[in-house]
Amino acid sequence: MSSIVSLPDQTTARIPKRNYLTNENGILSWLLTGDHKRIAMLYLISITFFFFIGGALAGLIRLELLTPQSDLMATDTYNKVFSMHGIIMIFLFLVPSVPATLGNFLIPIMVGAKDLAFPKINLLSWYLYLAGGSLTLWAMINGGVDTGWTFTTPLSTHYVNTNVVTTGLAIFVAGFSSIFTGLNFIVTIHRMRAPGMTWFKLPLFVWSHYAASILMVLGTPVLAIAIVLVLLERTIGIGVFDPTKGGDPILFQHLFWFYSHPAVYIMILPGMGVISEVISTFSRKRVFGYSAVAFSSVAIAVFGFFVWEHHMFIMGVSNYSTLVFSLLTMLVAVPSSIKIFNWAFTLYKGSITFETPMLYAFGFMGLFTIGGLTGVFLGASGTDIHLTETYFIVAHFHFVMVGGMLMAFLAGIHFWWPKMTGRMYPEKISQLAAVVTFIGFNFTFFPQFLLGMLGMPRRYAAYPPEFQVLNVFSTAGATILGVGYLLPMIYLVWSLKYGKIAGANPWQATGLEWQIQSPPLTENFVEIPVVTQDAYDYEWLERQKEHEVTQVG
Amino acid sequence: MSELETHHGEEPHIVSPKIYVLIAATLLICTALTVAASYLELGPWNAVVALGIAVFKATLVVLFFMHIKYSSKLMKLTVFAGLFTFLALVGMSMSDYISRAWGSF
Amino acid sequence: MAVVHEGEHHEHPAYQRHHFVSMEQQKESASFGMWLFLLTEIMFFGGMFTAYLIYRNWYYPAFVAGSHTLSIVLGTTNTAVLITSSFTMAMGVWCAETRKRGGLILSIILTLILGLAFLGIKSVEYHEKWVQHHVPGLRFDAMTFVHPKAEPGQPVEPGLPLDMAQHTEIYFSLYFAMTGMHALHMIIGMGLLVFMLVKAMRGAYDNGNIAFIENFGLYWHFVDIVWIFLFPLLYLISRHQ
Repeated sequence: MSSIVSLPDQTTARIPKRNYLTNENGILSWLLTGDHKRIAMLYLISITFFFFIGGALAGLIRLELLTPQSDLMATDTYNKVFSMHGIIMIFLFLVPSVPATLGNFLIPIMVGAKDLAFPKINLLSWYLYLAGGSLTLWAMINGGVDTGWTFTTPLSTHYVNTNVVTTGLAIFVAGFSSIFTGLNFIVTIHRMRAPGMTWFKLPLFVWSHYAASILMVLGTPVLAIAIVLVLLERTIGIGVFDPTKGGDPILFQHLFWFYSHPAVYIMILPGMGVISEVISTFSRKRVFGYSAVAFSSVAIAVFGFFVWEHHMFIMGVSNYSTLVFSLLTMLVAVPSSIKIFNWAFTLYKGSITFETPMLYAFGFMGLFTIGGLTGVFLGASGTDIHLTETYFIVAHFHFVMVGGMLMAFLAGIHFWWPKMTGRMYPEKISQLAAVVTFIGFNFTFFPQFLLGMLGMPRRYAAYPPEFQVLNVFSTAGATILGVGYLLPMIYLVWSLKYGKIAGANPWQATGLEWQIQSPPLTENFVEIPVVTQDAYDYEWLERQKEHEVTQVG
Repeated sequence: MSELETHHGEEPHIVSPKIYVLIAATLLICTALTVAASYLELGPWNAVVALGIAVFKATLVVLFFMHIKYSSKLMKLTVFAGLFTFLALVGMSMSDYISRAWGSF
Repeated sequence: MAVVHEGEHHEHPAYQRHHFVSMEQQKESASFGMWLFLLTEIMFFGGMFTAYLIYRNWYYPAFVAGSHTLSIVLGTTNTAVLITSSFTMAMGVWCAETRKRGGLILSIILTLILGLAFLGIKSVEYHEKWVQHHVPGLRFDAMTFVHPKAEPGQPVEPGLPLDMAQHTEIYFSLYFAMTGMHALHMIIGMGLLVFMLVKAMRGAYDNGNIAFIENFGLYWHFVDIVWIFLFPLLYLISRHQ
């Protein structure tokens, strides 16, 4: 199989002595750093920690569902387990996953700046994330919370006896971490671009992060106020959502989903940015319809604010409003499919190679398409009534979030691993991991579509015996999936010491980040670059190389 | 950078205290007006007048105290984006509340 | 952190952060960042304004009755106080821009005093609500709206039917949530004012490094704008009745 990987001669190659990892030493130089690359690494470690906690909880859920009775744990324990799984995975893994790690690391480099606009706020955002994470863990150890991740009133305000207040505070705090990340990105992308770096020379990774940042800045505060009102209602009993006092519990859901639907795009848009970079690099072609893909990110961000009610069609909202939101929901499918089609056209007649990031990207395209199309089923108000609150919806959002976002996250981690650490991951075993993940994923979640169509409701520890076969399939798949996630964890750590020296540009990619040493210097560039080339201009890269050869020769 | 270069060398606009005094006086007069208007019997127009005056006052604060009148297009767009999203939140939520009583199809 | 780059043709002030190319870039980034933060504040208060709009339409008589228990004198005074404090803050920014240290210190002190006055008046109003059993959840009695007591020198308000009277609790929930969040922002702002006062007295802003003051000014004016909307919405519902 052909490959584009070009590594330096391993007998003579060395990791550059001076880089952002070796610039300063000691634990304090990490904890008080303003360097966006070090903060990205801190984030990477913390979100991996929370991912494996969330993953362990998912394992417990699947084990419980192996049998129709609730036998592994009591039903209320099961409620706590799936609630904590949702809260940890959404607020502590998916929302910060790509933006806070890869985005933090790459956006300043991609726009040609030395750092993000506000390095201290960036560090503060990590501490807020840690504070939110610690509060969540505290709530979990201290008895957990069983409202589901949606905190639906009046359940959360009146009827449960668990740690709603602690968890609510945790999400409030973690929300501000996300706001600060988004704010930093927007200012950096607007104000810190290198000379010559116009909007349409930016990599699509930057465009999609820009769109996601808009959603973080404008959406998250609405979640914050919704949670504040829930906490006030729970602690001192004000009556904004309390039906006995004349409040409307559905108003809580309006406010909650006003954030939490755009949050879905906060999670997926950065992943789409990763896929654009990976597909282009491994097909050796400029992304087809660059500006269409760029604007589709912004369109997703704007439409994202106008569709939230499709989470509430069966909650007692007005029929007429349902009609409007149902139609608007269909609109979001348009920019999403623009992206998928344009990636497919990028592949067409490209020189495709199948390194690990590309395998994950193919996984993303297939699984996200299925996840997205089933979203249209759920957006149609008629089928939604049958399918919502069943395993169909569980399968749908896991196809988008796990099949889409997690695949994109792993694609990105593998793609930029040589840049972040200076060393290659082992290629063969990582290709195996990508394939195992894909197979395990489909085994786990495809049966859940069928279960949902048959009418198995979500969020119950027990189910009728006729659903058992499909549930056993799903649990078996989850174990394969677990192996697929543990493998990268192991070999990536291994590669930190034993991986091959990557050199500056192992993939022959065009982005600014590949034109500097790996790992980069603390100040990223020796000289601020003057950008004359378009994004994904592979001919420019060839000319650069020839130029270098003649210079040296 | 291209946006920045157009500003290069230009001193930032300093709003003179005269304008601040004028704006503060207008705001105080508007406060008196809105209190007075609330004692008039205008039916549904009471709310409209009160909100109209409030919007006018807020606009003055944004334009002059917060210097948006003298700021770049980007800043103006930023304020507009906030307003737009707020209206999306209110407007789209109201699409549910106003039509709940219309009954089913 | 300030690193002066050698070998470049124009000088950078010492307070320019190393990762910015020019002072303009640093200043514009700071104020743009502040505006984005204010957008999050708009949406934060926006959630409560949405709730207000819905419940005001649903329970209009309860909102009228609740609104009439507020003191229009205190509310108007507070509005004037806050607008004046916004003015003194704007003057403070002007003094900082024109490097008048004395004027800056005076403006900050005046803004602080006016802010304190606002919070003082607000706490008088809160205390009154506590006495009248109008604090939702903690100390609330809807019967005061079914059989209103005659205030000396004022006409007796007509009583509300019991179910509507109970909905005044929603009005007061929103009243306390909105004015409480607003007051919290004032308290945070006053902490920052004290911080600025200390720095201004030490002459930290004499070199023209005034981005903090300008951005604080934006914050303070935003808090003023929130009150400009809260005042008519909470205090001025159908005063003619």
